[in-house]
Amino acid sequence: MLADKDRIFTNLYGFQDWGLKAAQQRGDWDDTKSLIARGHDDIIEEMKASGLRGRGGAGFPTGLKWSFMPKESKDGRPSFLVINADESEPGSCKDREIIRHDPHKLIEGALVAGYAMRARAAYIYIRGEYIREAETLQAAIDEAYDAGLIGKNASKSGYDFDVFLHRGAGAYICGEETAMIESLEGKKGQPRLKPPFPAGAGLYGCPTTVNNVESIAVVPTILRRGASWFSSFGRENNKGTKLFQISGHVNKPCVVEEALSIPFSELIEKHCGGIIGGKDNLLAVIPGGSSVPLVPADQIWDAPMDFDGLKDLGSGLGTAGIIVMDKSTDIVRAISRISYFYKHESCGQCTPCREGTGWMWRMMERLRTGDAAIEEIDMLQQVTKQVEGHTICALGDAAAWPIQGLIRHFRPELERRIEEHNAKFAEAAE
Amino acid sequence: MADRNPAPDTPELRERWGAFEFTESYRERADKAIARYPEGRQRSAVMPLLDLAQRQVGEQTNTQGWLPLPVIEYVADYLDMPVIRVLEVASFYFMYNMKPVGKYHVQVCGTTPCMLRGSDGLFETCKKRGMSKGHVSDDGLWTLTEVECMGNCATAPMVQINDDNYEDLTPERLDAILDELAAGNQPKTGTQIEGKRTSEPEGGPTTLKDMVGANHDYRGEW
Repeated sequence: MLADKDRIFTNLYGFQDWGLKAAQQRGDWDDTKSLIARGHDDIIEEMKASGLRGRGGAGFPTGLKWSFMPKESKDGRPSFLVINADESEPGSCKDREIIRHDPHKLIEGALVAGYAMRARAAYIYIRGEYIREAETLQAAIDEAYDAGLIGKNASKSGYDFDVFLHRGAGAYICGEETAMIESLEGKKGQPRLKPPFPAGAGLYGCPTTVNNVESIAVVPTILRRGASWFSSFGRENNKGTKLFQISGHVNKPCVVEEALSIPFSELIEKHCGGIIGGKDNLLAVIPGGSSVPLVPADQIWDAPMDFDGLKDLGSGLGTAGIIVMDKSTDIVRAISRISYFYKHESCGQCTPCREGTGWMWRMMERLRTGDAAIEEIDMLQQVTKQVEGHTICALGDAAAWPIQGLIRHFRPELERRIEEHNAKFAEAAE
Repeated sequence: MADRNPAPDTPELRERWGAFEFTESYRERADKAIARYPEGRQRSAVMPLLDLAQRQVGEQTNTQGWLPLPVIEYVADYLDMPVIRVLEVASFYFMYNMKPVGKYHVQVCGTTPCMLRGSDGLFETCKKRGMSKGHVSDDGLWTLTEVECMGNCATAPMVQINDDNYEDLTPERLDAILDELAAGNQPKTGTQIEGKRTSEPEGGPTTLKDMVGANHDYRGEW
């Protein structure tokens, strides 16, 4: 188990004050000036060496992403850092804990990361439903301004850097980086075609990098303790510590910081009080937030919880929002409810997604009661393939994968329901 | 996005809201929001301004608030934007109410993580009290909405009522909260499990135990 001294988010549960003074006592904003004095490229190299992969779901190397930003502005356009706090993926609830209990880690990270990529300001896009969390974060930003930590000559570094908060208003799609940029510009959150990529033309047409809250909040600690410290946790290519969020059928659901690659069983037994009804009662797990395919009990139990380990199982780490389902679960309904989620959240821009998500949900609802023909399972599979990869953003894929996972692992259950329903129907007809 | 149409533009609606404008305190907050964006990009403030407008309407109607068409037009005018651009933002984002709601907007999360922990029972509780989805109750107190994942999955099931979250719910706990609200009291927000702080495992954290009683600085152990 990860030692407490190696946990980054020490006030994760909010037992202590989130305010500036308390945060400084815990080590935040400690000589930030010297971190900045290392220089843009040095910080980026250190981040690359740390092996940090983006914590928002896609797992793209963070340092590498920063290096795509222009080193100088030839035409006077400023650069921006946009921090994605639009945490809306079902199963994910980690950024909320950072924002309301350790907001200064995020603000300090914004300054250091923003400096490294030569950004003029950071916009933190927080989901609209995080109302109290946004109040806390705004108060923390105000504290940091008042103390001279951000703003003109931030932390006496000679670098000017602003941090602004922007509240969303209830649209999952704004977690997609270009939809987020559209939303920040005061439009409907509909994703943009890429290219141009945000690093070339993002917010207001300026070079922009979008990073997840957790990716930014860990930056100051990584720089203070060194890349080699961070990369001493986890397997090759899956380095560092990570906030895991365990929900569903465990005895004690919780959010906890652990080393990446921790086996699923250890995470559940040590922190969550085990599966409800014991290990043998486990049915399946959605390991990375609702958009990744489920993994059946026998495959997940010993699996390392990291990007590559879960990819090998045909799933993904995503945001590490782990949804646990025991044998009392109506697995078809559980996935059908996810299909409803994507139908509700499709922005309507691309036809395959707009029409496909509704189509897939209605189909799933019929499979839930068994009111379908056996051939329709394959038809549904085909439809998911027609949505997947045929849309501007990944929401179409995210809607398709959970269903594909269900068909892959629970086809006999789908067939059983159809047969049962048809038998009942035949009986009634006699 | 099917039922996200604006309320009908009637003479009564014009009569009631045609003269809407921000009060001084709301105007101050609106101008502060606009100042967060670069020169010439005041349009970026359309979301915060719609939120403020909805809140002011709420104060004036003793509800959570909503966005009548004349109010949307006012925001468009305030930001020098075409009305349709503001209307499409208002109808795109789910938190803007396109029709009147009750004093308390009971938003029950029904997405899978909450469903697994018993959100069905929470809907039952609401229905037993006479709420139905999308309608204002006869006493004007409640509007029930099923919302999508609110990001409280480790403390599921949960309900957001106006600005506050109530987590780790059971039908009984929700009933008690609704009783309190109906009586005009402010119930305890956050987790409803006795002795639990936030999202740590029930019964006490398995990690960072030194943080429970004091603001521990771990740097000495690095």
